[in-house]
Amino acid sequence: MSTDTSSMRAVAGDYEVDDLVAVTMTVNGTAVEAKIPARMLLSDFLRHELRLTGTHVGCEHGVCGACTVHLGGRPTRSCLTLAVQADGCEIRTVEGLADFDGTLHPVQQSFRECHALQCGFCTPGFMMSVAGLLEEGIGNDLSDSELREHLAGNLCRCTGYQNIVAATRKAIDLRDGKEG
Amino acid sequence: MSTRQFGERVQRNEDDRLIRGQGRFVDDIPLEGALHGAFVRSPHPHARIVSIDTSAAAAYPGVHKVYTHEDLGPLDVLMPLLIPHPCITHGRTQYPLAHGEVFYGGQAVAFVVADDRYTAEDAAALVDVRYEPLPVEIDIERATEGGAPLVHSDVPNNVAAQFVQRSGDAEAAFAKADHITSIRVQVDRSTAAPMECLATAARWDEVSGELTVWAATQTPIGLRGALSSLFELDENYVRVIAPDVGGGFGPKILFPYSNEIMVPLAARELHRPVKWIEDRGENFVNMSQERTQIHYIDLAATSDGRVIGLRDRFIHDTGAFIPYGIAVAQVASTSIASSYRIPNIEVEFSCVYTPTVPVTPYRGCGRPHANFAIERAMDQLAQELGIDRFEIRRRNFIPPEEFPYAREGLIFADGLPVKMDSGEYDRCLTALEEALDVPAFRAEQEAARAQGRILGLGMAFYVEGTGLGPYEGGQVRVHPITGKIFVNTGLTTQGQGHKTTWAQIVADQMGVDSSEVIVVEGDTGVFDWGCATFASRSAVVAGNAIHKTAIKARQMVLQVAANMLEAGPDDLDLADGRVFVRGSGDRGATLAEVATMSNPLRYAFNKAAASATQFAAAASSDGPPLPDGKRPGIEAQEYFSPPHATWAYGAHGAIIEIDPVTCNIDVRKYICVHDCGKMINPLIIEGQVAGGVAQGFGGAFYEHLDYGTDGVLKNASFMEFLMPYATEVPDMTIIHQETPSPINPLGVKGIGEAGTIPVPSTIASAVDDALASMGAPPVRSVPLSPAAIFAAMQASTVPA
Repeated sequence: MSTDTSSMRAVAGDYEVDDLVAVTMTVNGTAVEAKIPARMLLSDFLRHELRLTGTHVGCEHGVCGACTVHLGGRPTRSCLTLAVQADGCEIRTVEGLADFDGTLHPVQQSFRECHALQCGFCTPGFMMSVAGLLEEGIGNDLSDSELREHLAGNLCRCTGYQNIVAATRKAIDLRDGKEG
Repeated sequence: MSTRQFGERVQRNEDDRLIRGQGRFVDDIPLEGALHGAFVRSPHPHARIVSIDTSAAAAYPGVHKVYTHEDLGPLDVLMPLLIPHPCITHGRTQYPLAHGEVFYGGQAVAFVVADDRYTAEDAAALVDVRYEPLPVEIDIERATEGGAPLVHSDVPNNVAAQFVQRSGDAEAAFAKADHITSIRVQVDRSTAAPMECLATAARWDEVSGELTVWAATQTPIGLRGALSSLFELDENYVRVIAPDVGGGFGPKILFPYSNEIMVPLAARELHRPVKWIEDRGENFVNMSQERTQIHYIDLAATSDGRVIGLRDRFIHDTGAFIPYGIAVAQVASTSIASSYRIPNIEVEFSCVYTPTVPVTPYRGCGRPHANFAIERAMDQLAQELGIDRFEIRRRNFIPPEEFPYAREGLIFADGLPVKMDSGEYDRCLTALEEALDVPAFRAEQEAARAQGRILGLGMAFYVEGTGLGPYEGGQVRVHPITGKIFVNTGLTTQGQGHKTTWAQIVADQMGVDSSEVIVVEGDTGVFDWGCATFASRSAVVAGNAIHKTAIKARQMVLQVAANMLEAGPDDLDLADGRVFVRGSGDRGATLAEVATMSNPLRYAFNKAAASATQFAAAASSDGPPLPDGKRPGIEAQEYFSPPHATWAYGAHGAIIEIDPVTCNIDVRKYICVHDCGKMINPLIIEGQVAGGVAQGFGGAFYEHLDYGTDGVLKNASFMEFLMPYATEVPDMTIIHQETPSPINPLGVKGIGEAGTIPVPSTIASAVDDALASMGAPPVRSVPLSPAAIFAAMQASTVPA
């Protein structure tokens, strides 16, 4: 993949092509090269340049977590990250959760089975946060209130969260090979 | 064999796309060459515009056009007052772009269109608007007093509308009452804050002359009507699509927003697709808001606690304009007597302008306010008469045998009489009481008190008039090539799971699995009869329309198959995507074959189609291939128009602990008993209830738009406007009760808003119970911050 956004200026009034910054990164396993303005947010780069629109932007100030992606394996707010900061990094978005053959990631499977989504707008960010927790090794020995603390970086306005808590527990079981 | 799917916990058809990141929200739609818009908004709550200089912005590289009201031509007109009502004596709506004066902070003044969003925002900052600030009054009671600054200089006392409704004779009831309880309560301004903000994209097709608009709206059909009117286009040249919409909760019912006019206009004038995506900061000052009301409610009762009269006078904050009419206030005024018999009612309200974002319905739409007033008053009455809170409600409930129960004289928000259709209120309250285990709690509360811990039990009952008209439609079509069943309706979904529930309804009639039914809605290019998603109405109105349609489509299948299979329609059944002669083994046909045979063909464009051509074995040679009065294909349309609202209800209860030091409230138990009639999908219904309760918790504890006395909104971000995270919503128990509605074929009632309605009342009731032994003043307003609890404890007459 390669993209050039030379029509977009880096700072107000200064639109020399020199202001574009060359970046390379790996997004969902695919190498990406691009020349982008320094001020472009990672969320905008993913959504509008790479057309990976599964990552959503809910607040643009790092509170709601809808834009969460994995940057270097860690859940990160892509609305608070400049794309140039991701130069040389591995990025994983919701589009990279399922296997290449389409098999769902445990968190995708559990969110569907537990009705942990309604409108689906916050869902990609929520699932990336939970996927991060699974990779960190979170276990089902946590109490509900401890688990909720771990989930308190993402806002959902539809579900009331209890199905998201249940889905997280189920995803942990699936990771550990314990079916439902 | 296919099994009945209505009533089952069916997993959702919509989820696969959404969990794979393949959702299609407005900003996800690829529009090659799209330009991007940004608004210049008023920083002042009220000001005269002295001048607007757009020259620097217009000259900025990458900018295509900067609009002010002077550039709008025939669109420089006041936007519609969507629900006119005779009591609106001073209705005011805004222009797409401000016209010499701004009336709230956030009002759109100019619109910049540029190559990309970054450039548009750069240029918007270069638009030089000079303002002359005007005085404001933000307090809705003082705003109606003589001499208060006026929002609109020609609207005396800032009053947009005043309305009185009466049922029975309240005056006579109060004259003979043994006891009168009077309280004042207040609910504060909030915002729905859907995770997806507003969004509009438009493309003007130069070849077809068609305008296509993608909008995060609850009413594509409504918006199409407005755009057709404003742009003077035939409706079939305007297509409005609500793609995936990231939550609605009310404000996305309002239309047209400025962006819904400016984006199509720019697309037409600039010959490019145009997109505008609201950011969160804008959402706080642009998207409509709701909630502030102050109620003065009086109950007239007999000494044994029977309420014989109710008087309520309330003030409703309508913001700077009243585009949605008196809907919120009218719903509050007609919900005020709740589940109680109360034969004599007088309710009066004033809708008052304030220099704030306009007010239109937000989940609950006046019901949480009315519920807070009546339930606080019932608790107060119980306390004054020394009657248990559960018992006083029982003494006043409308008993099951008295339904339908009409409140003669009260007209609901649909223009129809308030007539409650069914309910078993006592059974519902008893289920709550048992789930709370009140005697065990009392013992625990007593023991805790001895240890200096403060526990409280709260409860509230609610009703909700749901499923309002005018009507919705359904279309069911069997695709002749694939045999798949397509279902269309005119309203749209913002997460309620319509692609699943409509599929369940249709699947039962058509003998297929609900996962095989394809639902398309919210696209006027597909189906354009109907209204919108609001007032917990989709399942009731569209659900029943689709049910009627599916029955009709089933009959069509049976008719065609009867000819094909040389059997009587009554001997046929549908299952597993086939229609077959009952008990015959394999004598049957697939739905695709039936759909093919129902459509006389000339050309065999595929193998299956050959069977419907003119020389095929089944072709008729003794009359027209399509008999007079028949239509080709398996395709049906039907409509459902409810006679009046159907009334859902329920009871919530909470057990809380108040930390005496931090004044934080820990909700240890939360129980919802609800009755929404027959349940189509309990999984989805529980999700609706839980989500509603979470929003209710927001309203009870946190959500408060902080307009300063200067009219400036001080917390327009998620950093300062607090919404519940997973840590702020307790685990809750949901108990179902099903009393079918007698006024629609499916027996369903709405559920979308129910969860939100009684939460503030329930929490307030629990706080009162917790602090009662300290002699603390009762809760009279929400949200209940720790500071409010602290103040109540400070005002206690008995030390903790």
